[in-house]
Amino acid sequence: MTAVDLRVAQRPNAPVTTYRYDEYDAAFVRERVAEFREQVRRRLSGALTEEEFRPFRLMNGLYLQLHAYMLRVAIPYGTLTARQMRRLADIADRWDKGYGHFTTRQNLQYNWPKLVDTPDILEALADVEMHAIQTSGNCIRNVTADHFAGVAPDEIEDPRPTAEFLRQWSSLHPEFSFLPRKFKIAVTGAEHDRAAIMVHDVGLRILRNERGEIGYQVVVGGGLGRSPFVGKIVGDFVPREDLLAFLEAIMRVYNRFGRRDNKYKARIKILVHEKGIDEIRAAVEAEFAAMDCSVFSHDPAEFERIASFFAPPPYETLPAASSALRTAKLETPAFANFVDVNVSAHKIPGYAIVTVSLKPIGGIPGDATSEQMRVLADASERFGFGELRVSHEQNIILPHVKQDDLLALWRMLEPVGLATANAGLVSDIISCPGLDYCSLATARSIPIAQAISKRFSDMSRQRRIGKLGIKISGCINACGHHHVGAIGVLGLEKKGQESYQITLGGDPTFSASIGEILGPGVTADQVPDVIEHLVDFYLAERAEGEAFIDTWRRIGHVRFKDVLRREGEDGADI
Amino acid sequence: MAAFKHPQILIASNLADGEVVFLGPSGWERDHRRACVAQNADEAAAFEAAGKRDVSANRVVDVYLADVEIGGDGAPTPLHYRERMRVKGPSVRLDLGKQFPGSAA
Repeated sequence: MTAVDLRVAQRPNAPVTTYRYDEYDAAFVRERVAEFREQVRRRLSGALTEEEFRPFRLMNGLYLQLHAYMLRVAIPYGTLTARQMRRLADIADRWDKGYGHFTTRQNLQYNWPKLVDTPDILEALADVEMHAIQTSGNCIRNVTADHFAGVAPDEIEDPRPTAEFLRQWSSLHPEFSFLPRKFKIAVTGAEHDRAAIMVHDVGLRILRNERGEIGYQVVVGGGLGRSPFVGKIVGDFVPREDLLAFLEAIMRVYNRFGRRDNKYKARIKILVHEKGIDEIRAAVEAEFAAMDCSVFSHDPAEFERIASFFAPPPYETLPAASSALRTAKLETPAFANFVDVNVSAHKIPGYAIVTVSLKPIGGIPGDATSEQMRVLADASERFGFGELRVSHEQNIILPHVKQDDLLALWRMLEPVGLATANAGLVSDIISCPGLDYCSLATARSIPIAQAISKRFSDMSRQRRIGKLGIKISGCINACGHHHVGAIGVLGLEKKGQESYQITLGGDPTFSASIGEILGPGVTADQVPDVIEHLVDFYLAERAEGEAFIDTWRRIGHVRFKDVLRREGEDGADI
Repeated sequence: MAAFKHPQILIASNLADGEVVFLGPSGWERDHRRACVAQNADEAAAFEAAGKRDVSANRVVDVYLADVEIGGDGAPTPLHYRERMRVKGPSVRLDLGKQFPGSAA
């Protein structure tokens, strides 16, 4: 296929910047749907036991959760077309309960599908070139990427062609379908890490060397969960032509030496931690040197073919700053706040990147109703070449909006609750579903996020506090990324009650760090009080322009612990 | 086998739709208030055996016993907050799950 599918009538603002399936992709996904339909039929007939069927359903993203089945739909590198977003809305209405949950791995989860309906849902996804393959199981999962890919001013190269290349390489890879444990890859091509590559099994950072050549810094062994680690550099600059072979070598080393006797020690991060990065690097380099790299040889034409799908849309030539935007901000303060907080600089003059927050005050982080999904699809077509992104922060990005159109876009989003001006602020909380939905959870996480959000409901106060990442997980598996929250909250069970452990100092960027525990666990009711005290202390102590994490690093963890201890002594009961 | 300390009910998930179900006097019930309650270890073992049979018969999956207390109305209420969540639905969406009539899985 070409980058623009000629079967689809083009609109002036039609999507041109996303990968389209070729015949092989389409046939493979259809075959997989048919295969799963038969597996479901055999399960319901009793021809397959649950033990036999479970791996099949997990390979197709279908879990059994606390109240019902849950289907996790893959959104490769978080990129969606308007058509795909509409289909997600249609599925929510027809087979689920009218909403979906955008996850911390740029995917979407339906919380109430019936097993008997799942093949039809997968068929509906296949119609729009989507699936749920490798969203579960011990395989290479959905490859994630910077949600500002292709439009960020600080970008060296768009990471999506690399991510798509890796998606094709890793999909149903026979050697890597039964790894010791799941394996997650993230890619960024920018100077600032928005993809959390340091806490993935493999993180790729696109670099350009002094000769102007593109290569990859390869980070291995990062991860969260019960044993959090910041990844370590295993390759300083891997040339593009060697990338697949180098990754293949990493995977082979992991497959050979990764532990299979204990699932809690089976991730590659444990292998890297136990062996040390020098030994791992030596093993990878030895494997790389010994393997027949010809089968992984880089095909520049194929890479360019894939890259062509992500060509920039037909931007207009515009002045760098919009006078209409300037006027609108002066006339409408609420809009001005939205622009100041949720709109980011774009690499093309006159355009902007818009973060649509899925974190209304007191709302459920990452949830979107089918109506909201359709408004987002419409908005992307009307204002942004029909393209959307899902961020790992559980928001939606419109990556190509003219500054002149921002007011009209805001007016479209506002009536459906999609104009909360809190991107990156204290109420833009990452949260896993927790015990409200998840069978693995040990405590609820969504109500904690809601309570904190309500506590800081004064938006002017939020803007005074500035950027502050709160991340909440409902169990030690850390789907809510609490380890890398400037303030992290982990829900646990303690003596038959929900208890919450607070951590400080986490950082998901290139300067990654794992948060340190503040003290004994607190009750759900106490969490907003604790966080408010921490934030107030930060405001009192911060230097000019200093973010929470910077103040914490400068004055130290003990000072933050001390302030809470004093507050407790004063009778604040924390 | 764990020591029997509290009355118990048998919880499972319906195979076809995933909804939480409870072993009742004449099969699997979708309302925990109609669940049979095991008052001793022998009854609990019989419940488990019935559950295993229905797993083999492809009616339910993920079967286990949960401790309960009996309220004034005679209905069992799980002792652990996890199972209390399962008999109701998500605490953040009171319009969904068993707690909202007509909205179960």
